[in-house]
Amino acid sequence: MGKAKNDILQGTLTLLVLRALEARGAMHGYALCGHIQTVSSDLLRVEEGSLYPALHRMEQEGWLKASWKVTESGRKAKFYAITPAGAAQLAAERANWQRLTRGVARVLRYS
Amino acid sequence: MSWWTRIRSAFEASRQDAELDDELAFHIAERTDELVAQGMTQSDARREAMRRFGNYTTQRETTRDMDIALGVETVVKNLRYGWRQLRLAPGFTAVAVLSLGMGIGANSAIFQLIDTIRLRSLPVRSPQELVAVDNAKGFSRSGWANGRNQLYTYAQFEQIRDRQKAFTGVLGFGTWRFNLSRGGESRFAEGLFVTANYFDLLGIAPFLGRSFTKDDDRKECPDAGTVVSYAFWQREFGGDPGALGRTVSLDGRLFPVVGVMPQGFGGLEPARRFDVALPLCADGLMEKDRKGRMHIRHAWWLTIIGRSKPGWSVERASAHMNDLSPGVFRESVPEVYRPDAVKKYLANKLQAVSAATGVSSLRGRYENPLWVLLAAAGLVLLIACANLANLLLARASAREREIAVRQAMGASRTRLIGQLLAESLLLAVLGGALGAVLARILSQALVAFLDGGQNQLLLGSAVDWRVFGFTALLAFATCLLFGLAPAIRATSSAPAWAMRGGRGSTGTGERHGMRRMLVVSQIALSLVLLVGALLFGRSLRNLMNTETGIRPDGVLVASIDAKLPQLPPERRRLIFEELEDRIKNEPGVVSAAVVWLSPFSGSGWNNSVAADGKDAEQGKKEVWMNRVGPGYFSTMGTAMVAGRDFTRHDDLTSRKVAIVNEEVAKKLYASANPVGRTFRKEGPAGKPDEVYEIVGLVKNTKYNGLREDFRPIAFFPMNQDPEPRAGLSYMVRARGPMDGVLASVRRKVAETNPDLLVEFRVLEVEARSSVLRERLMANLSGGFGLLGGLLSMLGLYGVMSYMVARRQSEIGVRMALGAGWRDILRLIVSEAGVLVAVGLVIGLAGSYALSRYAESMLFGLKPNDALTLVLACVALAATAIVATLIPARRALKLDPVTALREE
Repeated sequence: MGKAKNDILQGTLTLLVLRALEARGAMHGYALCGHIQTVSSDLLRVEEGSLYPALHRMEQEGWLKASWKVTESGRKAKFYAITPAGAAQLAAERANWQRLTRGVARVLRYS
Repeated sequence: MSWWTRIRSAFEASRQDAELDDELAFHIAERTDELVAQGMTQSDARREAMRRFGNYTTQRETTRDMDIALGVETVVKNLRYGWRQLRLAPGFTAVAVLSLGMGIGANSAIFQLIDTIRLRSLPVRSPQELVAVDNAKGFSRSGWANGRNQLYTYAQFEQIRDRQKAFTGVLGFGTWRFNLSRGGESRFAEGLFVTANYFDLLGIAPFLGRSFTKDDDRKECPDAGTVVSYAFWQREFGGDPGALGRTVSLDGRLFPVVGVMPQGFGGLEPARRFDVALPLCADGLMEKDRKGRMHIRHAWWLTIIGRSKPGWSVERASAHMNDLSPGVFRESVPEVYRPDAVKKYLANKLQAVSAATGVSSLRGRYENPLWVLLAAAGLVLLIACANLANLLLARASAREREIAVRQAMGASRTRLIGQLLAESLLLAVLGGALGAVLARILSQALVAFLDGGQNQLLLGSAVDWRVFGFTALLAFATCLLFGLAPAIRATSSAPAWAMRGGRGSTGTGERHGMRRMLVVSQIALSLVLLVGALLFGRSLRNLMNTETGIRPDGVLVASIDAKLPQLPPERRRLIFEELEDRIKNEPGVVSAAVVWLSPFSGSGWNNSVAADGKDAEQGKKEVWMNRVGPGYFSTMGTAMVAGRDFTRHDDLTSRKVAIVNEEVAKKLYASANPVGRTFRKEGPAGKPDEVYEIVGLVKNTKYNGLREDFRPIAFFPMNQDPEPRAGLSYMVRARGPMDGVLASVRRKVAETNPDLLVEFRVLEVEARSSVLRERLMANLSGGFGLLGGLLSMLGLYGVMSYMVARRQSEIGVRMALGAGWRDILRLIVSEAGVLVAVGLVIGLAGSYALSRYAESMLFGLKPNDALTLVLACVALAATAIVATLIPARRALKLDPVTALREE
């Protein structure tokens, strides 16, 4: 079971995806890529291919629910939506993240 | 979610792959479109889209793995890990698997036996409609009974058939063992005499040829044929379809085969399968007068089965039979009965019982013992489960620290529980597999044992999967329950606490309490088992040591049959005497004598007798009888108390004489020596009584089995038989090996007359098989008792070892403070002693309550035999001491310094 290649988003991708889906409702993978890039003002770039293993894993964990729909361009696409379990996970990961950044910030400031 | 989806994913991989390809293709297509919109050419845009996506194949595989592998692969990993853990603890694994396997195996095998003789429905059309006519309580009959399940006479059958309104049809059948041989050593076939409607009423269509029709069952039986079973057809004719029309020799008479029955059908006796069936009227063909038992109103030989009409319950049919009784018996009174016998006969009542599972002579004898054995096997399984629970609990506590470390290092709780669970599951599977193997072996051994080497019993010895499934389920439940509970507990305790050592005086107390409870219940259960084993074992010993009045060792029984038609009856006496002389002169033969009914053969003959001078009606006693030749008593080792033995000159020309046993002297004459006095043997109705003079008195002997009390027996001389019978037995006392004597007797029989049929038995074996039931009980319950005791001692040993390990530091402190080995020993032994004592008290109460169910199966002792209870307690307590001393030794060897340092 290979893990996604190392990239800057390792570990935080779940957080970003959950937050994006919470804010914007169901989205397909391509739209998620664009969304994260846009919202972060191009500071964060998702490696496109590594998004899909993460999405599928989150679906298996029960955090996401997937369904096939037809897009405006007339293609069939797999849309992901957040589940209640996903929302709980998001809250936990968000708290984690804040603790981590606070801690890192303090270390940077005071040591 | 997702357990199901994951497993489904594993099987629906291709559909999943297609969906995944669609999803990724959509991404590439959208990106390409966007790039084209920005001004790229189509092919450049696509290349750029792929580049941005990264390694397409790797990402696709990774995504796919997310769907499939996560669940299933973890399970496989857990199982593999569990297997490694079990292999690391071979002792634990062996004990757990063995105890489970034995429990499961014993239960399956015994339940299967019960199922065969009691519970399984017959393979016939609507078996639940079948009802057997049965004798109500207090049924009295006398006359001539032959075969198994011989309940009714033909006259009664006719009456019931014609009067009843409850059944759509009534069938009757009698059993008979036919001799297939045409001379020399006998070969037997299980035979049925059946009414012509037998197969039709049961709804069995022939596999080949035809079954019987009304034409087959006419008075004269003009051209009777035989319908054979599938197994017989395979065995005797090699499954040749041309067998129809060929003949079989049954007791020397030839019958053409008219039909073959389908494979599944073996008759109405579940444990015995018929080989050949003849129409009822063919019984007459076997007799000289061509009449047979259909015309004899005191010949009891038929079983009667009816098929209920719709709406007739067994209870209603039973009431109906009861109502019919007066008429049935009034019209079927045997002519030979005297008035008082007639009176008793007319008072008989009929009833009906369900025959959906068939009728079986084994049922009465073995049903209760088998239920008792099943209960014992159930107890063993309980002990095994308790043992397993104990082992799993001990293992969980031992691994507490390991689990805590792994948890602290980030192993998820579900994963840890999964691993522990996988281990329990593996144990259950291994135990179940072993159980299946043992069930098969044990069930074959049981059938062979009950059969007594005669190959007449055909119980299915294949494993019954329903039973096996049930017991295996129980084992699985135990494993999961006692695997899961400690796993959850172990993973929920704070790692920091467990890592400190977890050996303090707190925390594990509760779990240890549970283990102690398990040990107490194990000891209690095994005491019950042990008491049972001792009761049955001592009963058997009492039986084997009981005074039989004969010395069966070294006696060969050669049963000779001169019934083949080519042997004229008037030559029988000469042939028999010639054979007797030839056998006596063989080297290796000490003595030989003839007898009608060899002891322990199961046959019997009784009649009313009155001592001389007594009023005919008042002084009447039932006396058992036999006819013997000169030298019988010395051959059998029965002591002559007074008078003389018979000689060949006690024949039809001389005075009628008899030899009686001490029981007759006591019951009829109230005197020590009745030699010289006479008695009257009641003749049949219309014939005068016969008067005999007693010429000898012998010691009491058992008539038919070791279990019975001594019966009054009168012996008559062989040569005073007005009409010599076709069959008799030679009792041959041999010196040296039995085989040599057997071969020479066989040779002498053939030399005397090649048409004689001979069958050999060993008297000692016969005597032992008359207590087959008791031996079965003693052996199996003994095995179970041993097994249960062993398992509970393992449990005790485990708990005591754990206790020593847990209190290591305490013991260390005590030793450091100057406690001697005596104090330490007292500490440990008192803890074990409490467990054993509580277990024994509960076990004693249990034995007391349960042993009365075994009362009817005991011999020579009461169910609550004090000696037995004491013996069982002592045996358990003694082994308990051994199980305690091993861990105690370990505690005494403790070095206080090391023990304390570990704290």
